[in-house]
This record gives sequence, C-alpha cells and structure tokens, in this order.
Amino acid sequence: MIAADLMAVPAPFSSWASFALAAALWIAVTCLAYWLALRLSRRMKGNPVFVPVATTSLMVMAVLWISQTPYAVYAPATKPLNWWVGPATVAIAIPLYGQLERLKRIWKPLLIALLIGSVVAMASAIAIAWALGGSWQTLMSLMPKSATMPIAMPMSERFGGLPALAAVAVVITGVFGTVISHPLLRLLKVTDPAARGFAIGLTAHAIGMARELQVNPTSGSFAALAMGLNAIATAVLMPLALAWV
Amino acid sequence: MPALIVSLLVLVLCQLLGEWLVRSLGIPLPGALIGLVLLTVALVVLGRVPQALGKVSGGLLRNMMLLLAPAVVGLIDNMARVREEWLPFLVACVAGALITLAVTGIVLQRLLRTAAPHAGEQA
Repeated sequence: MIAADLMAVPAPFSSWASFALAAALWIAVTCLAYWLALRLSRRMKGNPVFVPVATTSLMVMAVLWISQTPYAVYAPATKPLNWWVGPATVAIAIPLYGQLERLKRIWKPLLIALLIGSVVAMASAIAIAWALGGSWQTLMSLMPKSATMPIAMPMSERFGGLPALAAVAVVITGVFGTVISHPLLRLLKVTDPAARGFAIGLTAHAIGMARELQVNPTSGSFAALAMGLNAIATAVLMPLALAWV
Repeated sequence: MPALIVSLLVLVLCQLLGEWLVRSLGIPLPGALIGLVLLTVALVVLGRVPQALGKVSGGLLRNMMLLLAPAVVGLIDNMARVREEWLPFLVACVAGALITLAVTGIVLQRLLRTAAPHAGEQA
C-alpha cells in the first residue's frame, strides 16, 4: 500500500519524465514571475498594492490562461516549490525564539488580544455574509478565513463549508489584509511594531507574515506568533462557537 | 556548507516529527505548526540559534511569498463559485479583514501600554 503510494506519479502526468519536465517549466515560470514581482515592488518603493505574492500569482494566472493550461496541471507541477511552506513554517521558530524574553513579559495582553481578534475575525465574517444573504456553505467557508490554509480548509469542511471556497477566502483575506494593513494601522495610530505585527499575522496569516518579515524583524516575528496562535485558536474556538447553533 | 545542509535537515525533521505526532494523536492542526513548537523548545534548551540555521531560516522566510504563490494561483479554478455569491463573499473578506486588523491592533497596543509600558517600543 505505502509502496504503491511512494511509486505513484502525480495525478495529471503519464510518467515521471513528463512530470519532471512540467515541474521544471512551471517552477521556472513561477520563479521568474516572482523575480519580476520583487523588482516591481522595489520600483514602486514597497507600495503595498504591489505585494509580491499577489503580482506573482496574477502573472502566473495570465500565463496559465494564455497557454490554456489547467490548474490541475500547474498545482502538482509546482508542488516541489509549495512543499517548502512546511519547513518555512517550522523556521518561524527562529524569529520567535528571538522574541521569547519579551513574550514572557507580555503574554497576558497577547492572549487577550488573540482571543478577541480570533472571535472578531470569525464573527465579523459570518455576520456580514449572513446579512448579505450568503448560504450556510458560504458562511462556513468564510468563518475560518483568517487562519492559515492548512487549518481553514479542513475546519470549514467539518461544518458544511466548501474547502476550495475556504481557500479562496483565505487568499482574498490574506492579500487584502496585507495590502490595507499599513495604511489602516497608521490611520488608527497603531505604531507599536509588536501590536502592528500581531494584528497583521492574526488577520492576514502567512501572506501578511511574509510581508512583515521583509519589512521589520520585530513585527515579522509577532506576525508569525499571531499566525500560529490564531491557527490554534480557530481550530479550538470554531467548534465551540458552533456548538450553540 | 555542511552546516547549511544540517540546518535544512533540522527544519525538515521537525516537520516530519510534527506530521507524525499530528497523525498518531489525531490532532486537528498542521504538522508544520507542531514542528514550529518543537524547534522553539529545542532552541530554548540549546539557548542560542546556530548561525547556519539562522541563515537558512532567514532565506526561506524572506521568500515565503514565492512558496505561497502556487496556492494563491488556485483562485483561477474557483472564480465561477465566487461569482455566484460574490457580494457576501467579497464584503465579508474585505470588511472582515478591516475590522479584525483594527480591533486586534488597537486592543493590543492599549494593553501593551497599560500592562507593560515601553515593552513594545524598542524595535
């Protein structure tokens, strides 16, 4: 059984050779788009509208659309690239360790902010979607949208949502939250890098964290902390909240 | 050079251990998140971050956006579904993100200023 799994070629490819070719091609396209996106972001002096994850994805989508390549081919081909999200998530331990002394001093405010933020993220999403006439499936797909994808997809599915729709909600929230975060927080006079990073990581999960890590190591590590904690909080609070329904 | 390879190995092994724990104990969390906790504990025990590990991790984290891009491209397959209920869907995502950002940021900044003055200010 396991041996068969280990030997299996990824779904839409007929042989390892064609998979290797597709992987090389689509990873190269993605890396090239990312390189262009970084240059564009620098040219625009870090303007958040040009957050590289969004521009990279848009360029890749354009290439897929022009070449009529289905996502079902692109996704397994770029799996070797996407796979590194796992080790990169583990690597968050390093900036986190750098903040440990400070965490020990301020764990109480962080815990309170986490609980409030996590509940607000879930409640605001379903309240708004419900008021605008969203179906139960939409509500449940939206509820865990501030958690990272590997948490949000199974959580929404468990309560009648659609995992693919949850993934879309996670992406929109992450990209929009990242784009709007700095202007909004500046407007609200949230200047403390710890508070800023924590709010961004809690709201915009890995995408927000990725940007904060590029901008400022302090807010980056608090974003990482908030992302991790909100993933756990969402997994715990969502079933509790829905137990009353 | 070998130190860099060992560092990569450490990250991958932490994730592997995390996946194993998640699966054998039935924890509904991603394995990498458990791996993150394991590595943090290991660093606390060690009392410092090895230089090569810091280098490898920094490189990975700085380019996290590249690693996330393939998942974001998945939007292309779900456009039709979003179009059906685009209004509740989009407003909930956008307004939800605004409210969450504002509430969390303001609450934490207030709490930090009253509970531990100046704790968050030195960058």
